[in-house]
Amino acid sequence: MDLHYTPEEQAFRAEVREFVRARLPRDISAKVLGHRRLAKDDYVRWQKILHERGWIAAGWPVEHGGTGWSAVQQHIFDEECAAAGAPRLIPFGLNMVAPVIMQFGSEQQKRRYLPRILSSEDWWCQGYSEPGSGSDLASLKTRAVRQGDHYVVNGQKTWTTLAQYADMIFCLVRTDSSVKPQEGISFLLIDMHAPGVTVRPLYLYDEEHEVNEVFFDDVKVPLENLVGSEGKGWTYAKYLLGHERTGITGVGASKRELALLKEIAAQQAKDGRPLAADPVFRQRLAQVEIDLLALEMTLLRVLSSRTKPGPEASILKIKGTEVQQALTELMMDALGPLALPFSRTAIEEGGSAAPLAPDYAAPLAARYFNWRKTSIYGGSNEIQRNIIAQQVLGL
Amino acid sequence: MDFTLSEEQQLFRDALAKFVQNEYAFEARRKIVASAQGWSGEVWARLAAMGALAVPFAEADGGLGGSGVDLMVVMQELGRGIAVEPYLATVVLGGGAVAAAGSPAQRQALLPGLIAGERQLALAYAEPGARHDLHDVQASARREGAGYVLSGRKATVLNGATADTLVVSARTAGARRDAQGVTLFLVARGAQGVSLSDYRTIDGLRAADLVLDGVRLGADAVLGPVDGGLAPLERAVDLGAAALCAEAVGVIEQLNALTLDYLRTRRQFGQPIGRFQALQHRAVDMLVHAEQVKSIVCLAASAAQSADERERRRAVSAAKSLVGRSGRAVAKEATQLHGGMGVTLELPAAHYAKRLTMIDFWLGDSDWHTERFAAASA
Ligand SMILES: Cc1cc2nc3c(=O)[nH]c(=O)nc-3n(C[C@H](O)[C@H](O)[C@H](O)COP(=O)(O)OP(=O)(O)OC[C@H]3O[C@@H](n4cnc5c(N)ncnc54)[C@H](O)[C@@H]3O)c2cc1C
Repeated sequence: MDLHYTPEEQAFRAEVREFVRARLPRDISAKVLGHRRLAKDDYVRWQKILHERGWIAAGWPVEHGGTGWSAVQQHIFDEECAAAGAPRLIPFGLNMVAPVIMQFGSEQQKRRYLPRILSSEDWWCQGYSEPGSGSDLASLKTRAVRQGDHYVVNGQKTWTTLAQYADMIFCLVRTDSSVKPQEGISFLLIDMHAPGVTVRPLYLYDEEHEVNEVFFDDVKVPLENLVGSEGKGWTYAKYLLGHERTGITGVGASKRELALLKEIAAQQAKDGRPLAADPVFRQRLAQVEIDLLALEMTLLRVLSSRTKPGPEASILKIKGTEVQQALTELMMDALGPLALPFSRTAIEEGGSAAPLAPDYAAPLAARYFNWRKTSIYGGSNEIQRNIIAQQVLGL
Repeated sequence: MDFTLSEEQQLFRDALAKFVQNEYAFEARRKIVASAQGWSGEVWARLAAMGALAVPFAEADGGLGGSGVDLMVVMQELGRGIAVEPYLATVVLGGGAVAAAGSPAQRQALLPGLIAGERQLALAYAEPGARHDLHDVQASARREGAGYVLSGRKATVLNGATADTLVVSARTAGARRDAQGVTLFLVARGAQGVSLSDYRTIDGLRAADLVLDGVRLGADAVLGPVDGGLAPLERAVDLGAAALCAEAVGVIEQLNALTLDYLRTRRQFGQPIGRFQALQHRAVDMLVHAEQVKSIVCLAASAAQSADERERRRAVSAAKSLVGRSGRAVAKEATQLHGGMGVTLELPAAHYAKRLTMIDFWLGDSDWHTERFAAASA
């Protein structure tokens, strides 16, 4: 056992750090480090910079334009980007639909979609959940009926993250109602600009327009937009979910948040001294830091084993989101009553929510509430526990 | 020992409950919160007409001479509707300070108007950097002739911008964190040198930051003893904390009811999600929290006006500490059990969960009250 990074890995880290330092636009990192809301353009600008360097698709194989990096290199890259305040890479195209297209898609689909994902020309969103089908995804009702050279799609998706920006949506749709629910599902790529697609905003806890309802009303989708074969959508979706769960761990971002939390604790006061020196707060902070340290090691342990993560990915999802939530809570707590003022404008455009509060305080309570989502999406933490109980513990 | 409410208290509770249920429904509240003022004058007038604003004040001041338990009854029902009207700020905190420290003339000048629903108050004690400490006062009151000149800053003043009169703590002697040397003053919102900036809080209320820049006051503006304002301030804030805990009981009970209803009606995997044992146990824990909180709030309500300072501090801080921790736990569980619907503003649950969580940030958080409880118990 040797828990040090190799000299090559250290050199790689230095190279990434230098690149990010030189190329990450300051206005974007200021937003990320200040917990401000990002605009579409902020994400796209950074993704294009990475694309230009050939680093946009860390996890893709080289033949499709990926980096061919090892899992540990990918982790180092993620950590360096996060630490510097780079925006997260929008995962729906890069990490979700792309692996499915590579594995199960037609040659034509690979040629058409993969380059446009690399260049951020298409913004993708994920159309799985429906009002009646969240945890029980296999009960989904959106229907696609074959008519000549296309499908006609009718139904509704919900919770669709950032669908308001999207050019394409990958959907699970029902193509056969006569078989077992899992066997009648197909994986369809749908143009968001097609007639009959409507997007309606949903506002989260913190008044952010982050998710949407997406309605399909007699939407015509060419047959060539079916991925793989009809009725196999469930298998493809499960293939993808493993990718989603390791991605949600968020170790790099949590390490950055921990550092920001320490800065805030040094600036806030309690009992006439810095909050960072308060014994109760120090203990709470240290406990989260210890959890995060263990999580990082767990992630590296999973990543450095040669086998692909199986149900263990659920452990990373549970603990990763718990650490993220604990960090948002401590950050809010660090502010004391200064957590109370709320201003959408401050969160979106910068500034403070109250004249006597510091700018950095404005988004933190909102962020705490927003982050409750992490134990719900990507398969709720209850569902992850069910998976572990059944598939790891054999209960 | 008797935990039952008197018949009179029950009638009052039922009348308030009906009012909140019928006229403070989700949509009505949404409109009120979004309005320019942020709370409803109409609702306020109804509360005045029902006698709710008179509850804690002495009969000599035109009040009903109610106890801490009477106040608890009111706050619980307001909590059930997560009402945003400034009852806590005007009646309990501002009114409480005036009742605790005011001369007969000051009480006469302020309380009848308050009780009639015509006058709004606020208590401006918190300073940036002071966190929850009442004695951490930098705002200064300098003697000038027969009066005083006030300068300083007060943060997150609940109801600050709609208050006609502000009760302000300022230092007349001693150093920044001394207990001695704090004095309370009555300051008219419109007085020269007073500037207020109003904002929303994340739990749906309105607060303001206050800057006092050479505000000239007469001797009659002093509320209570010069240099000895900390004791009445602490009494008013304790009554406020006890009231806030009572509000939390209403919020928790309503949020638990909403969650239970969701567990019964939301179906996944062909059954109500309430059938899953993993969720049943969580709902049970929420109930245990509710029962524990209800009990400690009875204790705090009974001791909130006690002349025994130690007893009062222990009971109020015990309640606020537990409410802080349990409130957050219940809010988290309620959100989680609602799934995606829990994190949107579409359902009432998220609004209750936000208020419940943030109750811990007003009038001393759980850490602060736990420490105060320990000190009072030593
Ligand atoms: C912010 C956000 C963004 C999202 N983005 C997307 C997106 O882009 N695309 C997309 O398709 N979906 C998205 N989702 C949807 C997400 O995947 C679902 O919310 C999630 O699967 C839970 O479904 P639900 O909300 O219907 O909750 P429900 O399934 O109704 O669950 C309610 C509660 O019951 C529990 N529960 C359910 N079944 C069981 C069981 N068998 N045992 C124990 N407990 C159980 C759940 O854990 C939860 O606590 C997003 C959700 C959120 C909140």
